[in-house]
Amino acid sequence: MNALIVSPLLIPLATLVATLLARPSPRLVTALSLAGALALTAAGLVLVGLAAQGQILAAQAGGWAAPYGITLVIDRLSAAMVAITGIVGTATLVFALARDEDPARGRDFHPLVHGLLVGVCGAFVTGDVFNLYVWFEVLLVGSFALLVLGGGKRRLSGTVVYVVLNLVATMMFLLAAGMLYGASGSLNMALLARAFAAGEVPATAHAAVVLMLTAFSIKAALFPVFGWLPASYHVAWTPVSALFAGLLTKVGVYALIRLVTLFWPDAGVAHEVLLWVACATMLIGVLGAAAQVEVRRILSFHIVSQVGYMILGLALATPLALAGAVFYLIHHIVVKANLFFIGGIAARLTGSERLAAMGGLYARAPWLAILFAIPALSLAGIPPLSGFWAKFVLVKASLDAGAWIAAAVALVTGIFTLLSMSKIWNEAFLKPHPAGREGERSAAGMRPAVWAVSALAVMTVAIGLGAGPVMDYAVGAAEQLGAPAGYIAAVTGTGGR
Amino acid sequence: MEIIVSVTVGLLVAIGIWMLLDRGLLRVVLGIVVLGNGVNLAVFSAGRLDGRAAAFVTEAGAPALAANPLPQALVLTAIVIGFALFVFALAVLKRSFELHGNVETDRITAVAEKPAPDLPAPAAAQPATPASGAAAAATTTATAGTKPASPPAALGAGKGAAAGTRT
Repeated sequence: MNALIVSPLLIPLATLVATLLARPSPRLVTALSLAGALALTAAGLVLVGLAAQGQILAAQAGGWAAPYGITLVIDRLSAAMVAITGIVGTATLVFALARDEDPARGRDFHPLVHGLLVGVCGAFVTGDVFNLYVWFEVLLVGSFALLVLGGGKRRLSGTVVYVVLNLVATMMFLLAAGMLYGASGSLNMALLARAFAAGEVPATAHAAVVLMLTAFSIKAALFPVFGWLPASYHVAWTPVSALFAGLLTKVGVYALIRLVTLFWPDAGVAHEVLLWVACATMLIGVLGAAAQVEVRRILSFHIVSQVGYMILGLALATPLALAGAVFYLIHHIVVKANLFFIGGIAARLTGSERLAAMGGLYARAPWLAILFAIPALSLAGIPPLSGFWAKFVLVKASLDAGAWIAAAVALVTGIFTLLSMSKIWNEAFLKPHPAGREGERSAAGMRPAVWAVSALAVMTVAIGLGAGPVMDYAVGAAEQLGAPAGYIAAVTGTGGR
Repeated sequence: MEIIVSVTVGLLVAIGIWMLLDRGLLRVVLGIVVLGNGVNLAVFSAGRLDGRAAAFVTEAGAPALAANPLPQALVLTAIVIGFALFVFALAVLKRSFELHGNVETDRITAVAEKPAPDLPAPAAAQPATPASGAAAAATTTATAGTKPASPPAALGAGKGAAAGTRT
């Protein structure tokens, strides 16, 4: 059992080492890398199967009981996040097999991706605040190197923004972790949650949590601290930006959900603030996207906007709203990574990612038009795709909670999202290519990219059509999040041997 | 002791933030270090500062004069991680200076805001592929380099191909 709990950490770590050792043979690196990603997906799915039975798995590092050992906890939310990380990671590696002239393509890419995945999975399974900081750092180091991979002025300038803002956020988090320990004497999330529930912590601990949530808000790109995201995501190599778009901000969202539900399970001032932040994030993100004229920049602003929906679910704090947030998280990672992939293919076929210089894709590659339509309509919330259910549940939860403004903002944002997607559709797909047939580029060697995109599109349709089981799982996850007692019992119940 | 440490932390954080707001990337990178040290010191102080005994827990319990060793362990971890990140930031700084010719943050970040460049033509588009052409040209220039009398046409092709791959 313990081996299974640590597998989300061990598999990418082992793959990282293996890909480094296999460096002389690029073919072997690719094979090992893909095998590692598939193994991570499999481990994630097994964990989802175990977590779906309603049990919370916990392991203590070195067999030391809760306050001394570092705790790893896997509940329904963590398990789902690990599985989806494996899936998006695999899709990214498959996409990267496609022929590409980008200098980032090469053997350095694979170890770095797995380094990033270790950090992401670690953040999802840890039950210790300081350990969460360490995983965030692991993730950051991987993401820094991936972002700048390939080099060049443009990538470097995006990296400068990304590095500075993320380091500042990380330092805020470290300071908050230190303050929290100084105030409460523990870093274990479950023990902290118990102390918070019993009212045994001084006001400084609450202040530390506020600082921590601010740091995570920067990581999750919430309004008003989202500026770094649209300034950096569009410069990276396509698979890298898709991986970032799918996973990285969502680690921040996960951390926000985890800490708020554990420390402040009852709606309070923080939830009120988060509600307004969520509304502003949704609206400003989507309006920012409206002003953009490049595919990846439009999509980057949509990440910001969509994160707002998840925070809306967290802010409302009702079981239905939390279920909506979890469902949104699962659906969004798949859809957003896929849209970045498709943007990359579209740019490859037309020779540019500026909408003005694109065109003619509908006539030339109708298959790509269908593959684009699925995630794009899902993002906007058109039934019966996955985004519809996610938005439907969140709007219903807002109306149930009497948050009329939030419900209105969510709906308006959906309409604007559709407008943005139709802008890409009109410009890149319907309009003829401005350079005529000369501007068209060959699609040779793009087959792996199409596989990755198709697989994610099938997942989007499957989540939409089979929304029942996914929603049941999300409701179960929300129940666990809404009642931290189960989490606390799972951690404190598993002592040393 | 507490007062000295808190004033130092406050000063370090203030200086760090002030440097982060500077226009030069060098100052920004150094600001990160100063801010990081301020934060490390703050975390360190969470474990009591007047520890005068080693924190060995005996049967009689922890010594009364011992400081809590956990924040010290945390700070050690944070310092090590901070080093790695600082080195990366320095590498970014050096490369920025090489590529952009200056280290003014707003001029560097403005590059990412420019319209996206067009993609290079894919290798499979034409039979005479740029990639293989560049490779061939590179080999010709390499062999030409060994010989003192090199045909100027091969050198020109090599330059053109090199410029083509860079854009």
